[in-house]
Amino acid sequence: MEFEPVIGLEVHAQLATASKLFCGCSTQYGAEANTQTCPVCLGMPGTLPVLNREAVRMAVMMGLAVEAEVRPRSVFARKNYFYPDLPKGYQTSQYELPIIEHGRLRTEPEDGEPKTVGITRIHMEEDAGKSLHEGFGEGITAIDLNRTGTPLIEIVSEPDMRSPAEAVAYLKKLHSIVRYLEICDGNMQEGSFRCDANVSIRPKGTEELGTRAELKNLNSFRNVERAITYEMARQQEVLEDGGHVVQETRLWDADQGLTRSMRSKEEANDYRYFPCPDLLPLDVPQTLVDEARGSLPELPDAKRERFMAEYGLKDYDASVLTTSRELADYYERVTGTGADPKLAANWTMVELLGALNKDGTDITASPVSAENLGLLVQRIEDETISGKIAKQVFEPMYAEGVDPDTVIEREGLQQITDTSAIEATVDEVIGENEGQVQQYLDGKDKVLGFFVGQVMKKTGGKANPQQVNQIVKEKLDAKKS
Amino acid sequence: MVRDLSLSRIRQGLRDKEFSSREITQAYLDRIEQLDPKLNSFTQAFRDSALAAADAADRRLAAGDARPLEGVPIAHKDILATTEGRTTCASRMLEHYRSPFDATVVARMAEAGAVVVGKTNMDELAMGSSNETSYFGPVTNPWGDNAVPGGSSGGSAAAVAARLASGATGTDTGGSIRQPAALCGITGLKPTYGRCSRYGLVAFASSLDQPGPMAQSAEDCAHMLGAMAGHDERDSTSVDRPVDDYVSGLEADLAGKVIGVPAEFFTEGLAPDVEKAVKAALDQYRELGAEIREIHLPHYPFAIPTYQVISAAEASSNLARFDGVRYTHRTADPENLIDMYESTRAEGFGAEVQRRVMVGTFVLSAGYFDAYYLKAQKVRTRIRDDFAQAFEEVDLIAGPTSPTAAFDIGEKSADPIAMYLSDLYTTAANLAGVPGISFPCGFADNGRPVGMHLMADFFREDLLLGAAHRYQQATDWHTRIPESV
Repeated sequence: MEFEPVIGLEVHAQLATASKLFCGCSTQYGAEANTQTCPVCLGMPGTLPVLNREAVRMAVMMGLAVEAEVRPRSVFARKNYFYPDLPKGYQTSQYELPIIEHGRLRTEPEDGEPKTVGITRIHMEEDAGKSLHEGFGEGITAIDLNRTGTPLIEIVSEPDMRSPAEAVAYLKKLHSIVRYLEICDGNMQEGSFRCDANVSIRPKGTEELGTRAELKNLNSFRNVERAITYEMARQQEVLEDGGHVVQETRLWDADQGLTRSMRSKEEANDYRYFPCPDLLPLDVPQTLVDEARGSLPELPDAKRERFMAEYGLKDYDASVLTTSRELADYYERVTGTGADPKLAANWTMVELLGALNKDGTDITASPVSAENLGLLVQRIEDETISGKIAKQVFEPMYAEGVDPDTVIEREGLQQITDTSAIEATVDEVIGENEGQVQQYLDGKDKVLGFFVGQVMKKTGGKANPQQVNQIVKEKLDAKKS
Repeated sequence: MVRDLSLSRIRQGLRDKEFSSREITQAYLDRIEQLDPKLNSFTQAFRDSALAAADAADRRLAAGDARPLEGVPIAHKDILATTEGRTTCASRMLEHYRSPFDATVVARMAEAGAVVVGKTNMDELAMGSSNETSYFGPVTNPWGDNAVPGGSSGGSAAAVAARLASGATGTDTGGSIRQPAALCGITGLKPTYGRCSRYGLVAFASSLDQPGPMAQSAEDCAHMLGAMAGHDERDSTSVDRPVDDYVSGLEADLAGKVIGVPAEFFTEGLAPDVEKAVKAALDQYRELGAEIREIHLPHYPFAIPTYQVISAAEASSNLARFDGVRYTHRTADPENLIDMYESTRAEGFGAEVQRRVMVGTFVLSAGYFDAYYLKAQKVRTRIRDDFAQAFEEVDLIAGPTSPTAAFDIGEKSADPIAMYLSDLYTTAANLAGVPGISFPCGFADNGRPVGMHLMADFFREDLLLGAAHRYQQATDWHTRIPESV
């Protein structure tokens, strides 16, 4: 029997506010433990929360970016459970009435057609602290409450995805959008962009949903893909062995490459949600929505369409170049130098991104400035160098951060376009290869390439290939008569 | 010397240089030392800091730079966070807890120049109506050897009645200012929800809690409330609205004012001697020019169960932070995390607190939420609507504060339902959010005080204080002092 997965994602994005959701403490990552705390986020007796309005604005921006509805009135609720890194004994979240509902997102899975994924809701909530189980001695857990109260939005998708690749495409798109909006730094290692996946499988062609497992600890795109793939296979094996899938929470172990049961539905907490009496219902006035709409940047889809129309790029290239706002901006600075847009796209995507990927870094850390890459493209266009030589120029540009003209001059890579110089070399090559000349005269046109190759070799690749081609042909044809 | 002085009288005497704040403060501290071992109305006295504050106040008074409560010695209920001393909530859980900040009402009264002589005993975490649930032992009502002072602000009420402070703060979630005020023969006001900041009030039931003044008279309470009230950015539920001048409002005329008396108040459960005293007080109001009119608050009988569900639900969540992890009591040598939670809370909380946490957890649980919590919220809306309708035709609503005068220690402590009924008349004001005041209007057959309860529309504290003040100008119940002190 063939199965298909049904996948829904719950994504937590840490909002890039300067201060926490309900107090004035800094949200900066990496400070010394428990230094970014105050009586409010520590839950000291008698303290009360005051909502951070900037976090509300960011949540509204996100809602608008996924074409969702912004509720004029939403309600904060308490999610009650005991855990040492949860100082109040409850997490202030939103439950029945979230700030954002009914959105959608167009995604471009690598292995298929573009697909629109529904977004059920986006709600605001505060983060918990961290429990540190290692480094404090046997049986001792230490608590760091710096993260406590950091604002999050939880973005809950519809169970619309049907393959791990679709899930990754959705997650990448969300990741791209929060960064376009500058509402989240998207750092998955530091946990500011986290993902849980609800995965079930069902016989292909059937409608009824299978029992789902919730996968946690998916801290990279690759792990999302691996964990879902593993979980699909695990569930299929259970079903094929005549068993049934248990509704439970499972933890992804990236080292072992498997998921393991954390707690079953029966063990799940009863969170006893109820409206938080310390906070008034959250009213979002239309003026705030309008203001947020006015301040929305050009988003990836719109930018992709514009790149296709304005620069004549193919869909795929435009998609790649608009993955991040920084990359798109970089590309537009390259074209801004006057460089040919298509050549600029190639050079940005193939050479530059290739080198950056190899170094495990991204466009923001590019040693080649957009201006210099633009100049390089222009040197190809004005025939100072060939495309092939340009790759040779690019290497020191990347390694040393120098401009292309410096490299061309220093290494004498300027293209030879002087006809007499090329003619002399062609004459030399013809003189040295009488056998091949005879072949050509006998009608073997293919041997023309041999002569071109020899000339390019003698000039160190610097001769203009079109010119060489033309001169070789002229001189050989002259021998025919 | 302070036995016969009211807060208002002390306030004026200080300004007129009749006596110094140090003299007055010392006198209260001496009385606390002398009388409180028996009354147990304080959890701690602040001898050194009080005298230092008194000296500072005397310097301001001498310089003619007196603030509204300059040099006036008061006490704070031990549920309000103070950087001075401990903030125990009369619970073993917080026995040694020191707050890193002052509650907003504490800070405001300090800024108004008040001197704090100590913190008052209370029912544990404000849960109780007799002050018998305190971890530090019951408080005795100075009006009877074995009488309860009411609760949960029983320590504040007893301290004011015994003249151990000129006034004290209380907090009122279902009657915790008004009921002990009634039982101890003093005046206590629960302001409109949102009038005083809750920041620094250790939460019992957040949607009901409200701090307020307790003192001998309405005039005293007016002075205190003026200093306590006002918007606080740190409390999102506090209301941004100017504070009335309560003292100058005291002289407002009662002629033409309509006082509604709900028929629902004078039914089974009301002690005849209490009924008699309250009806006499209503006659007094007629004489003062008010019109007395019978009204109906049809959902009033549901106030107690509604209050019990909502307050317990919120309490179960508010008290979750007392988990043994940070600043509370922690059990010795727990076996694991769950054991630490369970043993810490079993040891740290008394029986009444545990009962309410369990009830609250139950009513919020999946499967019961709709039948209890949601239902209670719906009834709460009805109760609020009843008040809105009533205040369209009357200015004030009057009745008894509590169905009986002070009962004996131990009399009701084994019967939670009987105890809860002590708040029969007061919880509705908290559910609706409207203000209420209790003041003495006579004595029961056993010689213990009876309280009269008035309620008014939102933010009409001025009306309550004015009406109580008019009554107190015409009567002298509020000036009676128990012989024991």
